[in-house]
Amino acid sequence: MSAGNGRELRIVGFLCNWCSYGGADTAGVSRLGQPTDLRIIRLPCTGRMDPLFMFKALLSGADGVLVSGCHPRDCHYSEGNFYARRRLELAKRLLPTLGFDSGRFEYTWVSASEGKRWQQVVTAFTEQIHTLGPGPKFSH
Amino acid sequence: MKYVAELKAKIREKLPELDVVIGWKQGFDPVHASPAFMTTPEEIEQLVVNPLCVQNLATYLPGLKGKKVGIVARECDTRSIGELLQESLIEREELTVFSVKCPGAVDLVKLRQQVGDLGRVRSISFDGPRVTVETPDESSSLDLGELLPGKCRVMAYDEPVLADFRFVDPDQDTVCREEADTDLVALEQMDLDERFAYWRGHLDRCIRCYACRNVCPMCVCQDQCIADTRDPHWLSAETDVRQKWMFQLIHAMHLAGRCTECGECERACPMDIPILTIRRKLNREIHELFGYTSGMDVDAVPPLLTFQPEEKSITEREW
Ligand code: SF4
Ligand code: SF4
Repeated sequence: MSAGNGRELRIVGFLCNWCSYGGADTAGVSRLGQPTDLRIIRLPCTGRMDPLFMFKALLSGADGVLVSGCHPRDCHYSEGNFYARRRLELAKRLLPTLGFDSGRFEYTWVSASEGKRWQQVVTAFTEQIHTLGPGPKFSH
Repeated sequence: MKYVAELKAKIREKLPELDVVIGWKQGFDPVHASPAFMTTPEEIEQLVVNPLCVQNLATYLPGLKGKKVGIVARECDTRSIGELLQESLIEREELTVFSVKCPGAVDLVKLRQQVGDLGRVRSISFDGPRVTVETPDESSSLDLGELLPGKCRVMAYDEPVLADFRFVDPDQDTVCREEADTDLVALEQMDLDERFAYWRGHLDRCIRCYACRNVCPMCVCQDQCIADTRDPHWLSAETDVRQKWMFQLIHAMHLAGRCTECGECERACPMDIPILTIRRKLNREIHELFGYTSGMDVDAVPPLLTFQPEEKSITEREW
């Protein structure tokens, strides 16, 4: 199932091992349909999510980047997502100054049991990226 | 500056207790001042304080940790010192701050735009807000306000963040001022495609000399900088603009919540790339999100090193 006009875009998802990665698995096991544009990279915690991963992905040709981790107060390591939230919010706010729509990057929280929510998130984000279209290109 | 005699006397008095005192001296030509590392009374005699003394000497402090160091610092420079102390990159007990009232600063790029080739300048002198520049063909009288670097126009500092000794001329006014950030405003008036093209164009000129990083007082990783390491291998040797852009983002993000807007990165850039604008934007956002200004309070915790379980200013996305 593709969200847009049939052509896939490149979306990179950074998912916390303890929650959203499981949530995506739950969605799959429950056979909840999802767009296929997302490529998942598993992180030990959103606290590992260096905002530079996001910039590197966008500069390397990704059209969108999604980060998903445990809900605040549910971090496996207690505090990782609290630090992540500050960093990621700041990084998102820098995007428009650089010429990237801030909608190309989202961070959110999905627990391992929330297969349905994962389906919603990935579908909505994929649609959002398809609305924005391919990211800015570097060829002159 | 009238206080220079008094300043020199104080440094002479304190020198026996210190390993080195960092200040400025006349550089290799009339328009450049150089950092001066003073260890003898003769070297103290060479000390100058004038609008050509543009270097933020706080950059040298982390490398001198463990030594007793004196530093001559303008108000904005003490903000960098404050941030270094906040992060325990230097020790207060090892430091003696000779705080001077800033005489203003000259952006040499702006000076070059006014008088042409700086190599032809025979002399430059300052009298309050007037700057007199002599070349073999002419003498120009310029307004110091027109020559100020961008960083002196967007934030004004009346007092230092910290000082052991303070030097001010009786009739001296604060030169820096708080005006609209014209570079940022101009950028915000562009649409996204224009902004992308703006950075792609500017950053394409980057020669990856890394002067912007090396001059930054808060860049302390030296050989560990991820722009240089092979493992992790963040940047390749390709000359592609994406590598250059990524390097700027590494610097800007590693300075997020730490950058004191001293402007050294942009001043040092040999390609005149307006890289300070990225840092300013981050600082504006940090102020809006966390009500925080770096370096102003030695006891404050930088905003990305802490958190609130409920973040008042962050509205998270609903799905
Ligand atoms: S990033 Fe630039 S303005 Fe900020 S502290 Fe470093 S040199 Fe100064
Ligand atoms: S100083 Fe300028 S040219 Fe050198 S690496 Fe920094 S941005 Fe590039």
